[in-house]
Amino acid sequence: MVVKLGDIELKNPVIPASGTCGFGQEMSEWLDLNCLGAIATKGTTREARYGNPVPRIAECGATGMLNAVGLQNPGVEEVIRHEMPALRRLYRGPIIANVSGFNIEEYAYVCERMDKETDAAILEVNISCPNVHNGGMAFGTSPEAAAEVTRAVKAVTTKPVFMKLSPNVTDITAIARACVEAGADGLCLINTILGMRIDLRRRQPVLANRYGGYSGPGVFPIALRMVNQVHQACPDTPIIGCGGVSSAEDVIEMIMAGASAVEIGAAGLRNPKACQQIIEDLPNVMQDLHIAHLRDIIGIV
Amino acid sequence: MKQSKWHIESNACIAEKVWKMVLRGDTTGIVPGQFVEIAVPGYYLRRPISVSDVEGDRLTIIYKTVGKGTAVMAQMQAGEELDILSCLGNGYDLTKAEDEVLLIGGGVGVPPLIYLAKQLRAQGKRVQAVIGFNTKNEVFAEDDFREMGCDVTVCTMDGSYGQRGVVTDAIELPAPFYYACGPLPMFRAIAQTVGTNGQMSMEERMGCGVGICVGCSIETKSGIQRVCKEGPVFNAEEIVW
Repeated sequence: MVVKLGDIELKNPVIPASGTCGFGQEMSEWLDLNCLGAIATKGTTREARYGNPVPRIAECGATGMLNAVGLQNPGVEEVIRHEMPALRRLYRGPIIANVSGFNIEEYAYVCERMDKETDAAILEVNISCPNVHNGGMAFGTSPEAAAEVTRAVKAVTTKPVFMKLSPNVTDITAIARACVEAGADGLCLINTILGMRIDLRRRQPVLANRYGGYSGPGVFPIALRMVNQVHQACPDTPIIGCGGVSSAEDVIEMIMAGASAVEIGAAGLRNPKACQQIIEDLPNVMQDLHIAHLRDIIGIV
Repeated sequence: MKQSKWHIESNACIAEKVWKMVLRGDTTGIVPGQFVEIAVPGYYLRRPISVSDVEGDRLTIIYKTVGKGTAVMAQMQAGEELDILSCLGNGYDLTKAEDEVLLIGGGVGVPPLIYLAKQLRAQGKRVQAVIGFNTKNEVFAEDDFREMGCDVTVCTMDGSYGQRGVVTDAIELPAPFYYACGPLPMFRAIAQTVGTNGQMSMEERMGCGVGICVGCSIETKSGIQRVCKEGPVFNAEEIVW
């Protein structure tokens, strides 16, 4: 089940996605963190943030959910001082530090701070949060801005940089290419798809933020298609596939589309033990499909 | 947090759009004021529902059919199985209760107070329950409190049953330490007229219910708190109105 993200080896491809596992503390109460391939920590900004007003969660039938949390986090200094060391005490594997910002300087600042954080193996740079204004997704919807963030971040760190891409674009391959040409070591896709639900009785959006990011099984085919397109556009760049993955079969499908590893998000909110279950199921599914090594099937379609 | 399978023993309508479901499973560790998260077939997010009673291996929940998910729950039959996360949230702090306590409930905020009343009565406390509903057809739990030996006052907004008006009209001041559960406007009225010498159980739309998505965070006087994890029960003085 071993996979590689650049030079970083993961004992399996399953990673709880940023924002769906906090900094691992709660999750460690019901599963052994050390079963995980890696952990992607909560999106971190320069200052502490509360995020958007509530309600910031809405359901979408059987197919998933909307969230408009808006990057609630304790700020980079607190993350470095408390969260990362606490996670390291519980987890020996690779930590993927998710970083966000509201301008280029903030991305660079947070990455520079994280660069000195020995516990972070990879920096995952979120240029795709749909729930904050004047930041996040604004950088992930234009190739020029995405490249600019990538260059700024690469200039301040020697750690591998994975850019987390937005699906809310006309051509995701243009953004992907721009990031890779600007020096990105890898890509993570997709972040959530901008969506909306309306409370019929109140005649108001369910979310106080009006719109939010759609995730869950409903986005899986879209994520799969985009991972496949990006893999074909940037065949030498490792991809973390993300979006609606809910089973070991979905993991295999995502890897066949072109991912080297997979992040599990919404599935872990419905079923807190989803990651562990998927890891336990994976060897049987691989055997059933005659897959000896996951590296053999990356982008095979 | 515990995840396990539960069997439905009974599921019956006890008032307008209000259902009582008794489930059998592993009840160990569940305290008053906590909630469970129920995976409803066909719906993605679990339904957070307060614990209304625990007796041996029986868990009682009382829920209102407010949407399609709870409507599916109302259709479920005895013998069917549900996947449930239990022991969620902090629960009420029983050590704050003096010899006499006040329980204040509004609508489907009443259920968690039933299990709380049971434990307070077991400790020998004198319990006064003031419960409010919109109208007579929605009234439930009155007998539950009475059978436990609580002093019960029922209020209805339209005066069709019990005392006319809202719960705060029926509370004698000064009131003893209170435990409350109900809608936000009720909490506001309590804070204004009864004061903040009490605990309130808050409600918020949740993603996970176990503290990892921070979807239900609220700003309190002691900082950002997750309703599902640090709550749902908060000291009334902590709440920012």
